[in-house]
Amino acid sequence: MRNLLKNRNVSGWMLASPLAVVLVCFLVLPIAMIIVVSFWGATEFSIYPAFLFDNYAFLFGSPVTYSVFFNTFKYAVITWGFTLVIGFTVAYFLAFHVRSLTWQIALFLLCTIPFWTSNIIRMISWIPFLGRNGLANSTLISWGVIDEPLEWLLFSDFSVILAFVHLYTLFMVVPIFNTMMRIDRSLIEAAYDNGASGLQTLTNVIIPLTKPGIMIGSIFVVTLVMGDFITVRFMSGSQSANVGRLISNDIALLQYPSAAATAVVLLSTVLLIIAVLLRFVDIRKEL
Amino acid sequence: MTDFHTPKLSRRSVLKGAAATVTAVGASTLGAPMIWAQNIKDVTLRQFGTGVSNLNEVGKKVKEDLGFNLEMTALDSDAVTQRAATQPDSFDIADIEYWICKKVWPTGNLQAMDVSKIKNYDKIVGIFRDGKLTPESTIAQGTAPHSVGFTTGVDGKEFVAEESGWMTLIPTIYNADTLGIRPDLIGREISTWAELLNPEFAGKASILDISSIGIMDAAMVCEAMGEIAYGDKGNMTKEEIDKTMAIFTEAKKAGQFRAFWKTFDESVNLMASGEVVIQSMWSPAITAVRSQGVPCVYQPLKEGYRSWGGGIGLSKSLSGLELDAAYEYINWYLDGWVGGFLMRQGYYSAVPETSKNFMSEDEWGFWFEGKPAQGDITNPFGKVMEKAGAVRDGGSFQDRMGAVACWNAVMDENQHMVRKWNEFIAA
Repeated sequence: MRNLLKNRNVSGWMLASPLAVVLVCFLVLPIAMIIVVSFWGATEFSIYPAFLFDNYAFLFGSPVTYSVFFNTFKYAVITWGFTLVIGFTVAYFLAFHVRSLTWQIALFLLCTIPFWTSNIIRMISWIPFLGRNGLANSTLISWGVIDEPLEWLLFSDFSVILAFVHLYTLFMVVPIFNTMMRIDRSLIEAAYDNGASGLQTLTNVIIPLTKPGIMIGSIFVVTLVMGDFITVRFMSGSQSANVGRLISNDIALLQYPSAAATAVVLLSTVLLIIAVLLRFVDIRKEL
Repeated sequence: MTDFHTPKLSRRSVLKGAAATVTAVGASTLGAPMIWAQNIKDVTLRQFGTGVSNLNEVGKKVKEDLGFNLEMTALDSDAVTQRAATQPDSFDIADIEYWICKKVWPTGNLQAMDVSKIKNYDKIVGIFRDGKLTPESTIAQGTAPHSVGFTTGVDGKEFVAEESGWMTLIPTIYNADTLGIRPDLIGREISTWAELLNPEFAGKASILDISSIGIMDAAMVCEAMGEIAYGDKGNMTKEEIDKTMAIFTEAKKAGQFRAFWKTFDESVNLMASGEVVIQSMWSPAITAVRSQGVPCVYQPLKEGYRSWGGGIGLSKSLSGLELDAAYEYINWYLDGWVGGFLMRQGYYSAVPETSKNFMSEDEWGFWFEGKPAQGDITNPFGKVMEKAGAVRDGGSFQDRMGAVACWNAVMDENQHMVRKWNEFIAA
């Protein structure tokens, strides 16, 4: 027994086993269950074990699926673009323009203040603001910028993406800020000393070095947006659908197998996206 | 005392203690409620249902009048169906709608109720018994409550047409729904369901996103437009469903709808904020909009109403003392206090004549008889709803419930309908 414990292989396995057990119980098994159920059959209020391809056949055979997946990608890409630009700018400002550490921490904490309330409240508070007779429209009218209230402010793709950007930009700021703080300042000085302009320093030094942060932030934002359903439901006034809503509709109607099939397809898609993203940057090497 | 049934050994019954259980079993066999009056204080019944009748005031009053606890959980219609169908142990009393009952009953999660234990059974409105409001009435399309209201016995799985003595749900509240409008923003007469898709209201209309109810409103609209003649709106054919959804999808793409709503609060907010001027709506939502000082009318339309009814059903796992408490609760429910409470919000109670005792003459006249209010009409929470002289939209009980065109329903082609509805939402 003593010899067994001394064996490096065995002790290594044992040290890793608690995490492995947790991951198997709470990650691998549930996902395996979802995959299994996705082949089951369903009646109106019950599900029964089977090995059917009906759920997938219906999913891939319906034009709705494609338009909904397209919609989901659209939201993800646009949100990613906005959060990246805003997140990068904020992180850049915090990391390179704010000189004192105290202020950096203070301003960083300021960014997190909205997170003191719940996600849903932050989202719903846009509704009275953007509404036909809301604050935004009445202010614009009183300034004389517009004569008629802007209808597209609320219950539109605009409001959905606005809410996404508002909710998820911080997920971009944090990792980017984190990697920026690790950049050796002497590298930037060296770039200037070698005659690089500000833009050249940004594109040739800072952006390549913050890639891991950008990638982590992108993974956060993309997975959050792809998996969301409640933001889309509230901000589009139930008028648009994404994959998350498709799944939640199925669950509401007790169609668990069909919901599981959609979830499997969504999961594969998201994993594929992440795999592609990781091709660009080896996060483990860069961290 | 040999034939008494042993209460099911659940965590809760064990917790209550052996003494209580023994007394309870004894009492239920003897049929003398007074004996267990002491133990009943420990009983907690868990009720869940849609927000409309799951009010904390009811729970409080139950504690006062009957002594036991009633826990209320409010959910939306889909979640209610889901829970009733899949988690029979998570509730004691299900407050569901009749169309939900049609879906849920075959799962065997509910037990039928013995009408001989229901004191006011004979006074329950005819709609829930033989389907007729008055002997001359014709029965409307859809899942009429009486058609899913009775079964063969306590464990019956089939619905029966006649009053068998075993009720699936004890009717609690019901109402006739129509379109809600903002008269101040529309400024003209609205008299038909077809107005919902009138391009005049482009970007200012809404319909509810609960497929089984939304499809009925959609059918009322398509029929009123003269686009589709339905065999039975409550049980459409695939072609009828496809045609209906095609018309609505086209309207959606043309920007007719501002939003869809799924919960009561959403419908109130859409209307009160002026985002929407015409939409499918529920009666108390109208009241809620008006109580914010915003004019809102529950517009009677010439094609008639889309009606719904709710009732409470008992979980199959209820037995012993808890089952007795549940019957006690049902009898209390029909005894008038709740009826009055709900009627003063614009619903109807299953036994109007008992509710009358809990309403002032003026309130009864306004809400039930459709007479002009003599003084201020307040809601159960004391807020003034209507000033003297106001008349209820749609008039009296007979006028409103007599003009029902269709009941909320589940169709044979339900799955097809749901898919089409999802396509409509995603379009």
